[in-house]
Amino acid sequence: MKRIAIALAALAAVTAPASAQKLKGSDTLLPLVQKESENYAKARQGADITVTGGGSGVGISALMEGTADIAMASRKMKFDEKLKLQHAGKAPVEVTVAYDALAVVVNPTNRVTELTREELEGIFTGKITNWKQLGGDDLKIVVYSRETSSGTYEFFKESVLKNKNYMASILSMPATGAIIQSVSQTKGAIGYVGLAYLNKNVKAVHVSYDGGKSYVAPSFENARNKTYPIVRPLYFYYVKDREKGVRPFVDYMLSSEGQGTVRQIGYIPVK
Amino acid sequence: MKRLKKIAEAIAERVLMVSGFITSLVIVLIVLFLFREGAGLFGKPDVEEGYVLAVNRKNPVEKLSPRQIMEIFDGEITDWKQVGGAEEGIVVFRLNDITDYATEEELGPELDSIPQCLSRILSENSGMIAYVPKQYAADGFTGKRLAEGKITPRSFFGGREWYPTAQPSPQFGVVPLIMGTLWVSLGAILIALPFGLAVAIYMAELAGERIRRALKPAVELLAGIPSVVYGFFGLVVVVPLIQRGFGLPVGETGLAGSLILAVMALPTIITVAEDAIRNTPRAMKESSLALGATHWQTIRRVVLPYSVSGITAAAVLGIGRAIGETMAVLMVTGNAAVIPHTLLEPMRTIPATIAAELGEAPSGGAHYEALFLLGCILFVLTLAVSLSVEFISARRPKQTI
Repeated sequence: MKRIAIALAALAAVTAPASAQKLKGSDTLLPLVQKESENYAKARQGADITVTGGGSGVGISALMEGTADIAMASRKMKFDEKLKLQHAGKAPVEVTVAYDALAVVVNPTNRVTELTREELEGIFTGKITNWKQLGGDDLKIVVYSRETSSGTYEFFKESVLKNKNYMASILSMPATGAIIQSVSQTKGAIGYVGLAYLNKNVKAVHVSYDGGKSYVAPSFENARNKTYPIVRPLYFYYVKDREKGVRPFVDYMLSSEGQGTVRQIGYIPVK
Repeated sequence: MKRLKKIAEAIAERVLMVSGFITSLVIVLIVLFLFREGAGLFGKPDVEEGYVLAVNRKNPVEKLSPRQIMEIFDGEITDWKQVGGAEEGIVVFRLNDITDYATEEELGPELDSIPQCLSRILSENSGMIAYVPKQYAADGFTGKRLAEGKITPRSFFGGREWYPTAQPSPQFGVVPLIMGTLWVSLGAILIALPFGLAVAIYMAELAGERIRRALKPAVELLAGIPSVVYGFFGLVVVVPLIQRGFGLPVGETGLAGSLILAVMALPTIITVAEDAIRNTPRAMKESSLALGATHWQTIRRVVLPYSVSGITAAAVLGIGRAIGETMAVLMVTGNAAVIPHTLLEPMRTIPATIAAELGEAPSGGAHYEALFLLGCILFVLTLAVSLSVEFISARRPKQTI
């Protein structure tokens, strides 16, 4: 019995490395970072990385409390969050590790193929209610959105609606898969999903952010060369004083191997 | 030996008593917890906690209602004249916009001259309304802080808009959610009760032993299917059917939720009602038949009245399941927080709202407490249903057979 205990203790001593790291935050980044940390641990014996989700806000407050070494965020750190960290004497460092593009999707039978940001704002805030107003068929627009708890919901509101509220009668779905399903079977539907989720059951519209001068298709290439406008950076935040401990993993994420995984999961590499 | 037995008996009695006591206590504590967490909502400021709204010193407006605040920040109200001020365009300012008005140097390296910058920006823009953290509008602030309103029971229970994450002024109006819950559950029970009763009567009285043996496990199997599976089935099969069948623009409706809930409540209703019906004493049925009553007459006049309390229990359990069900409803009803007028519109129910929103609501904040208060409403609803059924069955005159 004693021997087993000693053996266990020895084992624990060996496997508990100096570089135990805790990452917490955005659920958007969760699948990517999990994969990355697995690969990282495989390459380096003894690297111990724990990744948990919970949302960008949760990650940032964990960074503040010191319960996480890196906060994963699918949005930029808010001004007041930055302030709180500053006041606590923990200057945050921001690293962009990948990009995610959002595609606006409609039913494949819809004749409308191009929309400006202003039109999208009108649709999602309830000012435009019929496809006729946008050059389509005489069909009521059915607007699908994610639930309020999702980071995608927040980003779309910020980027496309310019912080205005979605209309009250919006249909909120619990998951991206449910939005795809509903848009594919509802003629007048419109919704938004991550680029990685696009498939042939829905049609992605081309979007213009310059008032209709140029419409850009949501594609991997366009998102990468920044011509597609609805792209959000995905961030890592860490405290400046603890840079030494976390930097190896951050560098691995940014290396060509790490960015290959980014591409593989369906996000857009930084470089 | 005898004494040992006695002691064992005494212990068993104590254990039963204690477990009964603990169960009741836990239930009471859960209810207390629910109400305690929820009660904090009233009296909270109607602007997000820790923030204030400030305007230019010369602006005559003193107070804005939550609704007006939301419309201003949504760009619906664009002129101060619409809210009782002078004729002037409204400029909306959030703290994140500060970099458009002030340079990095002006803000200071440690961001500590924000209050001075804010005062300057507000005094330069006479039509501005600023939404900023309280500490920046404290000492030496030259703008005018708007008076704070409070969230009242009236705005909560009578409010017709549910915008829990709207900034700066979240709207907690539960009318659409309560209406959605009632419509969906009522629809479900109207569909499930006749069907369930019919199946129960058939299984207990009419079906042969072999059919019954096949039917009973099938019904019980229905109860074992996870609710997510029902929800998925509903989204992929029922929703398009309803959309095409009624020629609607959208298939995610209250009716889809009612149908799915009805199927989910069926096993409970059937099992409980069937047991009740089968409990009718054989002697009673036989005497009815011996008096010359037909089989159908016996069922209607003897069996059903005898088992009415069991059948009401079945109905109550069914309604309970329908009101509290979350996942399946979340997937098929569309979750739009608008007041429904027919079953063919998207609706948002209370359980779906709690499930979808609690994860991201900051603990202890107004949104969090509003969700707990929703839980209290749900509890009161189910309590009312069971109490009223008790009341009705108690008032029924004793059947004299």
